[in-house]
Amino acid sequence: MIEILLSASFWAAVLRIASPLIFATMGALICERAGVLNLGIEGIMVIGAFVGWMAVYLGLPLWGGVAVAFAAGAAIGLLHGILVVPFGLSQHVVGLGITLLATATAYFAYRLALPQVTTPPKIEPFQPWEVPLLSDLPLVGQALFAQTPLTYAAFACAGLVAFVLYRTPLGLALRAVGENPAAVEAQGVSVTGLRLGAVMVGSGLMAVGGSFLTLSAFSSFFFEMVNGRGWVCIALVVFGAWRPGKAVLGALLFAGFDALQIRLQQTPVGAVVPYQLFLMLPYVLSILALVVMSRRAQVPAALMVPYAKGER
Amino acid sequence: MRLEPVAQPGLARQIGFPALALLATLGVGMILAAIAGADPFAVLGQIVIGAVGSRLALLETLNRATPLIFTGLAIAVAFRAKLWNIGAEAQLYAGAIVTVALGTGVLGGPVVLPISALAAMLAGALVLLGPVLLKVRLGVDEVVTTLLFNFIMALFVSYLLEGPMKDPMGMGWPKSPALIPEARLPRMAEGLRLHWGFGLALISAVGVWVIQTRTTLGFEMRAVGANLRAARFAGMPVTSVLIKTALLSGGLAALAGWAQVAGVKGHLSADLSPGFGYTGIIVAMLALLHPLGVVVSALFVAGVFVGADAMSRAAGVPTYIADMLLAAALLFMVLALALTRVRVVRG
Amino acid sequence: MSFGQDGAEGVLRLEGITKRFGALVANDGISLTLHRGEVLALLGENGAGKTTLMNILFGHYVADQGSVSVFGQPLPPGQPKAALAAGVGMVHQHFTLAEQMSVLDNITLGTQSLWRLGLGQGAARARVAQLSRDFGLAVDPMARVADLSVGERQRVEILKALYRDARILILDEPTAVLTPQEAEALFQTLRLATARGLSVIFISHKLHEVMGHSDTCVVLRHGRVVGQVATRDTDRARLAAMMVGGDLAEASVAPGVAGPVRLSLRGVQAGPLRDVTLDLRGGQITGLAGVSGNGQAALADLIGGMRAPERGEMRIEGQAVTAWTPRAALAAGVGRIPEDRHKTGTVGDFSLAENAVLETYASRFARGGFVDWAAVRRHTEALISGYDVRCPGPEARIRLLSGGNMQKLILGRVLEEAPGILIANQPVRGLDVGAIAYVHAQLVAARDAGAAVLLISEDLDEVMGLSDEIHVISEGRLSPGFARGSLGPAQIGLWMAGQGFSDGGADAA
Repeated sequence: MIEILLSASFWAAVLRIASPLIFATMGALICERAGVLNLGIEGIMVIGAFVGWMAVYLGLPLWGGVAVAFAAGAAIGLLHGILVVPFGLSQHVVGLGITLLATATAYFAYRLALPQVTTPPKIEPFQPWEVPLLSDLPLVGQALFAQTPLTYAAFACAGLVAFVLYRTPLGLALRAVGENPAAVEAQGVSVTGLRLGAVMVGSGLMAVGGSFLTLSAFSSFFFEMVNGRGWVCIALVVFGAWRPGKAVLGALLFAGFDALQIRLQQTPVGAVVPYQLFLMLPYVLSILALVVMSRRAQVPAALMVPYAKGER
Repeated sequence: MRLEPVAQPGLARQIGFPALALLATLGVGMILAAIAGADPFAVLGQIVIGAVGSRLALLETLNRATPLIFTGLAIAVAFRAKLWNIGAEAQLYAGAIVTVALGTGVLGGPVVLPISALAAMLAGALVLLGPVLLKVRLGVDEVVTTLLFNFIMALFVSYLLEGPMKDPMGMGWPKSPALIPEARLPRMAEGLRLHWGFGLALISAVGVWVIQTRTTLGFEMRAVGANLRAARFAGMPVTSVLIKTALLSGGLAALAGWAQVAGVKGHLSADLSPGFGYTGIIVAMLALLHPLGVVVSALFVAGVFVGADAMSRAAGVPTYIADMLLAAALLFMVLALALTRVRVVRG
Repeated sequence: MSFGQDGAEGVLRLEGITKRFGALVANDGISLTLHRGEVLALLGENGAGKTTLMNILFGHYVADQGSVSVFGQPLPPGQPKAALAAGVGMVHQHFTLAEQMSVLDNITLGTQSLWRLGLGQGAARARVAQLSRDFGLAVDPMARVADLSVGERQRVEILKALYRDARILILDEPTAVLTPQEAEALFQTLRLATARGLSVIFISHKLHEVMGHSDTCVVLRHGRVVGQVATRDTDRARLAAMMVGGDLAEASVAPGVAGPVRLSLRGVQAGPLRDVTLDLRGGQITGLAGVSGNGQAALADLIGGMRAPERGEMRIEGQAVTAWTPRAALAAGVGRIPEDRHKTGTVGDFSLAENAVLETYASRFARGGFVDWAAVRRHTEALISGYDVRCPGPEARIRLLSGGNMQKLILGRVLEEAPGILIANQPVRGLDVGAIAYVHAQLVAARDAGAAVLLISEDLDEVMGLSDEIHVISEGRLSPGFARGSLGPAQIGLWMAGQGFSDGGADAA
């Protein structure tokens, strides 16, 4: 146990596992801060994983794949946004519908593109990039500074989200629209515009989180590879009390347990305890996180409340 | 452009928009078929023929509809009370596990079927009870908890099939031993490949309809869902209503697992449900949460799946077209429902 | 007072504004002109169309006909942003503030380009402090809005408008949520504003405010302008007559005959309520006056079973209550007319019949767990005819009914059970004059039938007009009771501000 926690490869794995969660959690957080619960997340991550990979397979550079994933996510976000913002439809139902639609679309397109294959083709994924000097530090160097560029981007993305949310007029308006849309409307800012924009950008980030799986982690696309990560991210937003910093901490904690359980499986403990129990841990932890935070967190007051002009 | 509510939607709006939704779904299907390089009309035709074109196809559709009626009812009951049970998949497997546990020799004789059905319902109800207690006691959103339970349950099933419930004769396949003959559901008629689970699903739909429209509990469930504050103010026992709703919903979902094991497969395996729990959401929404409508929409949804399987073999269009069509139908339908109640005005 | 050099154009001009909601004509060809430095009072009963008109002016609604111009320029319809840019600032009746954010955040929200990097709060803070001083609007810019009193929140709303250099201030029923003393401070601010050349429209139905603080009165009735006069050329009686469309007959309610104590509270603490002692007697209407948000809702919840006493004693018909729930309250004969008939009183998607038995389906209309819908239908039909509910029938969805008819159904649902105790919380809010008279008559009839009625209202005139005994509530404390007419508005105003009666309802100062 101690050896595991002291190894650089463990901490490197933590950052790697946390990266897609950070992207998608930031996406979900942006949506929810603006007042929209986006349960399309699971399907949007599938789409992101698929199109990012497919784009690179068809010849785009890796960052091109990331951009395509973002665009695809934003497009689905626009669909979700139109249905739940101006039309005010049930965010639960539409979100689940989007997840079903996006997942099915990815699978349909995959089968269409590669009708007969049993093992999907591999692409050349992002390679680790060792930060000069920093990566030579003992222990932490290889743990923290020998990651793929997309992992660095995940942390940069979280920082950017925090900056925009708390240090810019746009973030102020975004937080206000999730708190009381009438306050935003009365100050002459479009509630619909803000919310649609937030859902599009948020969904784009979710898709980038999905693309991390194919472009940085696994190098090809499998069915069910997202495997509930989206739902975990929804839980992480609650765990992080709708704050980017705490949500990143939550993602790291979660990734830590995930990395630990994989390694514990190879220890004498793992020989006795069935491996399924280890695999359950992340989901059980997510539920526990929800339970622990449910009483304390300050939920955006207008989350899941549709807004119609002139209403107060 | 803005939306204004329509106070009293006319019949044209009430029928027109849902009809448009179905047409739009059809349109999406034809576009997808064209993208896949097939003749759109031929693909649609093959789906219809594959679903209802022969006695065999029709029976397959009815068999496929059986678990969907149960999960659709489970979700309709829960959603009506605004209890977001997305965990029908987990509850289904809970029912299946119990059916296998009781049906492989622990019990014998004619009691085994009814007892396993009741025990399965109880197991499904208990699986949903956890998230619902977290909701009513601690305010934990049940959407995420019920969703996560699906993954936990899938891993638990995998553990059982590789451990305690592993079939020693399974030649390495992860499956449970087979049910004893008394534990299997009989066919509805001699020579008819349709088991009594279908009949029971129909009876359940009527039962749920009676509960919702005729009983005090049903009245409370509808009121809690339509306006929680007013229900509480009127003195309704909201917590107990939600718990009863959860028990009914979880129990119905578990019956889907029971019917699949006892009626179709005869054993438990990890691929027992190709997402019946999730598809139940589409079934329930297309039925506008009406219990009798669930039967119709389950038949429709089952038909699309069965038909798409047949079409895929013939035309080479991936079967996932069925999932896309149904997800599109769901979104079109909720949009159509909204449009019956608002109109778009200029300015 | 000077009208400046704006000529006949004025700073703001509405011409022929018409707005229909379905069959209802909320505004019918309304025209008015506001001049520089002028305070214009828009006067009218509930439902006269005042708020609709202001929402059109501010771009929340689009008028079907007519035009708005500000400083001679036409205002594009349906765009709050355009109204703000033209210098129109609006203070809504229900504040539009994000509660978890600071005062400064609320004020600067939307005042700079969204794409700017950085917030630049230092300069904004200095500017807000300056405005606070200039207009007498004391409020801490760094405070969280959730921690502010109602009066302070209103100041934030006014600061929001001033920060944007508003030249025209529109206030929708600004004093409804204020004590008389706070209202006086508000009018002081408005005088400072007009002295600096701003123009003000305030909406009200309180005649004394209009007479005391406006230059011009425009009276609306049924969506039309029925009179426009200089305030100095008129008096309260004439304004009142214009408002209701005839001579105002001072509603005179004969006093009730006090019966036994049906409900008593002794030193009760519950939520915001502090040490409340109260007796409700049969045959009497007990009025509860006070500024909204001072514990009225908690008291209604307490007696109605939504909230249990945390300390102290509550007795009904002499019996101490235990295990207090809405169902227990209903069983003990407490009838409840809730404050919000849409959100609390009815289920909008349910039929009239279902709503009629929301409280009694289990106790009166159930057999072995099944609802006897035939009996429910008969009962509902009796309510519809007995309480003059205008509706398509018992199967119609209740959300289609007007507020008045919805309230009549609730009234019937409650009164048919012959409650010994009746709580009416804001029973006439938002109703038209006819429905108000009907509801009041029914309350008096219930009183005469022996019920102990608790009337909760923010409208002091309503409380004074109907009640046999009156208490004032402030910050969760209850004043001693006094008989109708025994105290003047000045004293009541002090009590509403929480001055003059000490802990435990001891003798008034």
